[in-house]
Amino acid sequence: MPGNPVFLSVAFNSMTQPFFQGEGPLYADPSANRARAYFRNKPRALIDKVMSVKDAVTKFVQDGEYLAVGGFGGDRLPSAVCHEIVRQKKQNLTVAGHTATHDFQILAAGNLTGHGKLIAKVDIAYIVGLEARGLSPHARRVMESGEVESAEWSNYALAVRFKAAAMGLPFLPMRSMLGTDTFKKSPTKEIVCPFTGDKLLAIPALYPDVGVIHVHEADRFGNCRIRGTTVADPDLARASKKLIVTCERLIPNDDIRSDPSRTLVPFYCADAVCEVPFGSYPGNMPYEYFSDEEHLRNWLEVEEKPAEYQQFIDRYIYGVADFTEYLQLCGGLARLQKLRQEELLLNRGR
Amino acid sequence: MAITYNPMELMICCAARMLENGRTVAVGTGAPCAAAMLAQRTSAPDLVVFFEAGGVGPQLPTMPISVGDSRTFYRAAMATSMADVMETCQRGMMDYTFLGGAQIDAFGNLNSTMIGKDYRKPKVRLPGSGGANDLASLCWRILVVTNHDKRRFVENLDFLTTPGYLSGPGAREAAGLPPRTGPFRVITDLAIMGYHEGTKRMEVLSLHPGITLEQVQANTGFALAADASLTTTPAPSESELRILRDEVDPLRYIIGRA
Repeated sequence: MPGNPVFLSVAFNSMTQPFFQGEGPLYADPSANRARAYFRNKPRALIDKVMSVKDAVTKFVQDGEYLAVGGFGGDRLPSAVCHEIVRQKKQNLTVAGHTATHDFQILAAGNLTGHGKLIAKVDIAYIVGLEARGLSPHARRVMESGEVESAEWSNYALAVRFKAAAMGLPFLPMRSMLGTDTFKKSPTKEIVCPFTGDKLLAIPALYPDVGVIHVHEADRFGNCRIRGTTVADPDLARASKKLIVTCERLIPNDDIRSDPSRTLVPFYCADAVCEVPFGSYPGNMPYEYFSDEEHLRNWLEVEEKPAEYQQFIDRYIYGVADFTEYLQLCGGLARLQKLRQEELLLNRGR
Repeated sequence: MAITYNPMELMICCAARMLENGRTVAVGTGAPCAAAMLAQRTSAPDLVVFFEAGGVGPQLPTMPISVGDSRTFYRAAMATSMADVMETCQRGMMDYTFLGGAQIDAFGNLNSTMIGKDYRKPKVRLPGSGGANDLASLCWRILVVTNHDKRRFVENLDFLTTPGYLSGPGAREAAGLPPRTGPFRVITDLAIMGYHEGTKRMEVLSLHPGITLEQVQANTGFALAADASLTTTPAPSESELRILRDEVDPLRYIIGRA
């Protein structure tokens, strides 16, 4: 028999306890081997990936795919891509609800509004709410209608799923969710630690078909810089089979090479690079502009009346050609200038 | 002249007094953040504040609106990832966390997922765990700040999103959660509650000025005992109120909600 008999003397106290598994559905394939087979064929060349948001969404987001959106809800949010997915009426997507606040609110505009069913399934850690701003009436209607399937997770569990995938693994262990209904409505499984006998929760890797992140700066190959908190974006970017990057500013490749320690997502993860100034609007972009609380409040209020809401999304999403037009409708440069001053605390104490 | 204050101001002061100096606390926006800011300006100048989106040790210039907005890492020690913050908790370095929910039961379990019986078609879909389940599982002491009414303090949760003491003594450990963690205090507009050492059920530790035990029980959907050493909550001091009103929340985002 191979192996050291010393290790066999470890007492597995937990072995005598029952082991449970959640009853929730698993929406994405956690197989590391099948992910490797996909990544084997992903381009590595330094090719120019700059394109419009419209082209990126047309090319890289297909009906029925699994979508993961980066940032933290209304912070460093890839708004332009979320709008474009709605505008192109993508259907039957599965969505990672990792701190999904305004992003989920935008995507929900593709459900129950006469354009089919954009969101079909959700891995829920946080959806429907916009933190202290309140619950989204329309997102609630969508989730309470019964037309969307779901599984429950915690925020860290979804971060661990991205991390496992970024590591090229099928799962990672974690110590939360145990003992709760959140666990019961997830597809996770209790396991025993082979070294200590402790009970742990096995969290399956999540390799999204398409990931979308908004960053401060990127070069045309997709090397990305993020300032402030990273939330789960570096892992999400590595885990995603296809990645759309939007950035506040395109920068020269020379800039990246002058300070490579600042590159948080490397070029070979990215499939599309889109320059979208003020691309997190109406969300916050650290060191650039603060969130537009007035617009977000208006959006929430309008949702209370379905007919008005229908007009609202026709005006702001379906009725515009692109994100620049949306920014114009929201007050354009004057408004954005004000939000930049707010972010930089220029009026403090005045 | 007697000092006047509203219930929210009292709750924030109570929460702030519980945070020991030199400890770590994971907070969200709202009252918990105000409590941490007040504690830093009174009894706990070296309290380290964490936000789950990745903000670590900020010198908060104003009240944040989002747990991930740029205020949460303004002049911070570090701007990092959510996993890094949660793993700091998992390593045993987070002393306190503040949570809330639509429902709480006698064992301090919380519901922030749904109201109703049918998971697929809930009466009200709420956000879900967010980071609450992780923080309640992995931090040493869980504090809850919430309004006190029968709709919120219930015998049976519609959904157990976030673990308190689960079904009672030993249940957290049996479920596999890290030992010696769990609910610590519940601060409401009526009283401060703790948990009985033996039964792990919620019990009243102190009544706010002018509040009776009967009033607290009448607003609670489960039987609530009083601790043997039941006391009256000290009212906010003049200096606590001045700092809270002038420095912590001058625009009355939180204290104006009462």
